[in-house]
Amino acid sequence: MTILGIPVQALFGQLLIGLINGSFYALLSLGLAVIFGLLNIINFTHGAQYMMGAFVAYFLLHGAGLGYFASLVIAPIVVGLFGILIERTMLKQLYHLDHLYGLLLTFGLALIIQGLFRHEFGSSGLPYDIPPILTGGTNLGFMFLPRYRAWVVVFSLVTCLGTWYAIERTKLGAYLRAATENPALVQAFGINVPRMVTLTYGFGVALAALAGVLAAPIYQVNPLMGADLIIVVFAVVVIGGMGSILGSIVTGFGLGVIEGLTKVFYPEASNTVIFVIMGLVLLVRPAGLFGRER
Amino acid sequence: MATAREYVGAPALATHGVLAHQAVAFAVMVALLALAPFIVYPVFLMKALCFALFACAFNLLIGYAGLLSFGHAAFLGSAGYVSAHVAKVWGMPPEVAILCGAAVSTVLGFAIGALAIRRQGIYFAMITLALAQLLFFFYVQAPFTGGEDGIQAVPRGVLFGLLDLRHVMTMYWVVFAIFLAGFLLIYRAIHSPFGQVLKSIRENEPRAVSLGYKVDQYKLLAFVLSAGLAGVAGGTKALVFQLASLTDVHWSMSGEVVLMTLLGGLGTVFGPVVGAFIVVTLENYLAQLGAWVTVVQGVIFVVCVLTFRRGVIGELGRLLGKPL
Repeated sequence: MTILGIPVQALFGQLLIGLINGSFYALLSLGLAVIFGLLNIINFTHGAQYMMGAFVAYFLLHGAGLGYFASLVIAPIVVGLFGILIERTMLKQLYHLDHLYGLLLTFGLALIIQGLFRHEFGSSGLPYDIPPILTGGTNLGFMFLPRYRAWVVVFSLVTCLGTWYAIERTKLGAYLRAATENPALVQAFGINVPRMVTLTYGFGVALAALAGVLAAPIYQVNPLMGADLIIVVFAVVVIGGMGSILGSIVTGFGLGVIEGLTKVFYPEASNTVIFVIMGLVLLVRPAGLFGRER
Repeated sequence: MATAREYVGAPALATHGVLAHQAVAFAVMVALLALAPFIVYPVFLMKALCFALFACAFNLLIGYAGLLSFGHAAFLGSAGYVSAHVAKVWGMPPEVAILCGAAVSTVLGFAIGALAIRRQGIYFAMITLALAQLLFFFYVQAPFTGGEDGIQAVPRGVLFGLLDLRHVMTMYWVVFAIFLAGFLLIYRAIHSPFGQVLKSIRENEPRAVSLGYKVDQYKLLAFVLSAGLAGVAGGTKALVFQLASLTDVHWSMSGEVVLMTLLGGLGTVFGPVVGAFIVVTLENYLAQLGAWVTVVQGVIFVVCVLTFRRGVIGELGRLLGKPL
């Protein structure tokens, strides 16, 4: 069975890979958008923190014997706390400066973290096994669906929507959105904005680490796994615009799928298609698909 | 949050003509660079000079227009590939090779700049980074770049049919002359009315717009000029090392030029030169340490941003009470 001369198996296979990549784009760009909204900082360390999530999962398995599902909870907390430490000790000092300094600082931190891990673990990946309960797959008739990959897509979708709900529909989220608009006024109402800023950074970083744990069984655990990915995520963020939470999620998944389809129809462009789309979006809608000018 | 922001770069000062202390500093720099090849290995100096020109071109954007381009490696590397190709495959003389490289970088600078100036601040940095990555993947796949091997054994040739660049000292003087020409062009641009408008855009863009300046045209011109000069640096570097490779288009190179400029002093005239020499020297000594190079670079970034935002020359200028 073929569609447009492409075997259905291959087409759906790439679609699934696209959805998986899209899951990571969505989780990472969501974290970036949440951090940017409140801190006005683009977190260049995001890729390194994603990598740290995967490494914490690896350490937990081989050091403490704690498996995948425990890592899914512990790794984001550990890396999130690390993020909070960074925010308290360094980022905090930059809020009164040009936003570009935040970018430069987090870029430097990314270099340090990635350099240290590369020194310790080399550039080749460390294997991380899929948990037994998620191995195997189902034959859907038109394609074979590995259970773990389905899990990644569903889990990240649930996490993204949960984040959306927390920010757009809860009281805490309302404070957060208000502080994004006008931190001074929110503080005047007696809300501890600096603490909220710290926790928001920790939360955004935790999302990156969560994506790292999800990625560990698929891509192996590699010190540079986040280095190139973060640049693609930046393009995703530019395309979507950082004004809207739901926008980040939709753009992330959508671009993942487009990238997957490009692999089927024109593989040479699969690395670059997202950047090309970014260029086109800038021409037509400079603020991004879901963005506001700010 | 706080209302008063510290700008990236030096304060805009009304400067007319050539400042006396800057002329002295310039004379010191020229004298040092003229004496250096008799003491230090010339190829090392040439590398540092190419990076110094690259950093000066980058500084024109960040230091004076307040635009952080995180994709400047694209211009350095593209020009390197084009110059190497022109010199090796087409067999053209070095002056044509470097000019072709610079021309391609200028055109790329126009294309990338026109897209990137559609957004401001942090988005500008992300867009330039992403577009540079697009070019990187293009060069990985394009047949003429030789992939991982790069273009090797590029002939240096004979400049203007007179100067045989295979002699290392001749090559040094040519690189020195190219650097000085680029440096003076940037100096002229910064101290022209054009440069003053750039500074005003950096400090208050809406106000510059309200004064009737076509802000986008100024930004784009600065970007194109910066890209073209980065291209001159890239083309020259390809001839010096007789090599054009993926290293020069990779994002880590874009990071390095930011580091050089930050360490030397954003928005200072001589800072990028000093920064480039420090970083190139450091890398020379740390080269055998592998991954530690990135760690050291990262630490310098963090320390500079947290405690040393003026950079070496910025601090020196503050101590002397004169902008350098």
